[in-house]
Amino acid sequence: MAETVITVRGLRKSYGSLDAVRGIDLTVERGEVFAFLGPNGAGKTTTVEILEGYRGRNAGDVDVLGADPREAGRDWRGRIGIVLQECRMQPLLTVRETVDLYAGYYASPRPVAETIELVGLGAKAEERAGRLSGGQQRRLDVALALIGDAELLFLDEPTTGFDPSARRQAWEVVASLRDLGKTIFLTTHYMDEAQELADRVAIIAGGEIVAEGTPETLAGRDLAPTEIRFLMPASLAAVDLPAAVASAIDAGANGGSRDHVVLRTSQPVTVLNQLTAWALARDVDLGGLEVGRPSLEDVYLEVTGKGGG
Amino acid sequence: MTGAALAWHQFRFDQRIFWRSPASVFFTVMLPILFLVMLASIFGNETIDDLGGMRVSTYYVPGIMTLAVVSATLVSLAISLTEARESGRLKRVRSTPLPVWAFVAGRVGNAIVVSLLMVVIVTAIGAIFYGVEIPGSTVPAIVVSLVVGASAFSCLGFALAAAIPTEEAAPAITNFTVLPLYFLSGVFIPQTQIPDGILDFAGLFPIRHFFEALLAGFDPTTAGAGFELGHLAVVAAWGLAGLAVAARAFSWSPRGG
Repeated sequence: MAETVITVRGLRKSYGSLDAVRGIDLTVERGEVFAFLGPNGAGKTTTVEILEGYRGRNAGDVDVLGADPREAGRDWRGRIGIVLQECRMQPLLTVRETVDLYAGYYASPRPVAETIELVGLGAKAEERAGRLSGGQQRRLDVALALIGDAELLFLDEPTTGFDPSARRQAWEVVASLRDLGKTIFLTTHYMDEAQELADRVAIIAGGEIVAEGTPETLAGRDLAPTEIRFLMPASLAAVDLPAAVASAIDAGANGGSRDHVVLRTSQPVTVLNQLTAWALARDVDLGGLEVGRPSLEDVYLEVTGKGGG
Repeated sequence: MTGAALAWHQFRFDQRIFWRSPASVFFTVMLPILFLVMLASIFGNETIDDLGGMRVSTYYVPGIMTLAVVSATLVSLAISLTEARESGRLKRVRSTPLPVWAFVAGRVGNAIVVSLLMVVIVTAIGAIFYGVEIPGSTVPAIVVSLVVGASAFSCLGFALAAAIPTEEAAPAITNFTVLPLYFLSGVFIPQTQIPDGILDFAGLFPIRHFFEALLAGFDPTTAGAGFELGHLAVVAAWGLAGLAVAARAFSWSPRGG
């Protein structure tokens, strides 16, 4: 059986009359990338800060690397690495000096130069942190989280504000951390990020876990009806459609134009076959044909109660 | 690393950051020198009858020394700690195995080393360019005053940082706290020209007492060792009060916008 790195049972935290976290359970196993998703104000940051030892709690059991974060000491802090949601680096130190400074805090740090290479800042090692771009500063921040050779890394929205190529690079860094055997607790509000990186996902909303599973199976995503979209050729009318296709039309979901048809079916093979045979027989093209299952984002919007209705 | 080695490690980097910062080099190192040179050049050869005929240049050496020490400790610490807190770096450092005391020792060590350097520079400029007599028998008293003062004003720097809500407000609040006190305490204007009521008011605060303790050390008419225990006790009491406030209210996480 896999070793458990984080165990949370019945965690509660309130601020005055506001119940920020209302009895959540979580388990994270060694070597996994665990994505923790949720809208702002859902209790995400509160939960992470309790796990990191920054905040206390009102009730519940929390075990991180065999200790209660609230009582854990220096040795424990040497085994975790944290990238905060926001942290400006000291602008007057170079990349190498910044990493050197943090390396000195740990009993057995990773090699400095290698760690700088790992986050892709090798060419910038002698540059002052104040001259780095936002994405590069963030990667320096990741280097600081890594330098202590921690077993468990908390990455709090590590790519917020990145352009697409900087995000790709950051994802490669996270993937390489996973390959090093690190356990990663990732919070994000980008669904594609969770899809790309996570082994398991939990969604928090209103202080409670509302869905948990692998990105592929979250909230029954794999069992949900397949969605087929196409544009009805101008020369034809929906009444002509074969029965199996017509009965799958989701009348309420006509997205965009009047000619846009949305089908929802649990038998996609049959429906697609009839639909394309029908189109071939009439020698027409089905513009904008798309086949898909609910995306992680659809699931997220549904379980966090933010769906478009 | 042992605790002492960690504190040394932190101190070395704090030194590097201090000397690379144009703001700290100008306001903490250059500005006191500039004030000393200007004031001593303009008024230096006048004498102060009520202070036993002390030359004005002699008066300004402990005066500017007071400015330099308060600037290197209270002012520098309050501003730099607020910036580090609001940038998220203090919170980040708390997640590492670095003990809190080693972090504090590095910062305070940096402040004290800069203070001592300024004391040497101010004394040397006074002696070389303005013929200010280097004290003899009062040197131990001056050293004790500096240690008590630098420690107390460092504690007050941590306490003031705890009271400053945002990074933008830090320089304004800090300077608003110390600048009037420099004037009212006789650091810039000889105290013989300041009304007694104002001096009494300034006497509620530690800058006035720290200055008095240093002034006694440089006053040629001071007989004996020149220990000003009454003044130092007020400075120390303020330092302890600052320490108590900092221990309760100092925040490691960002607070403002």
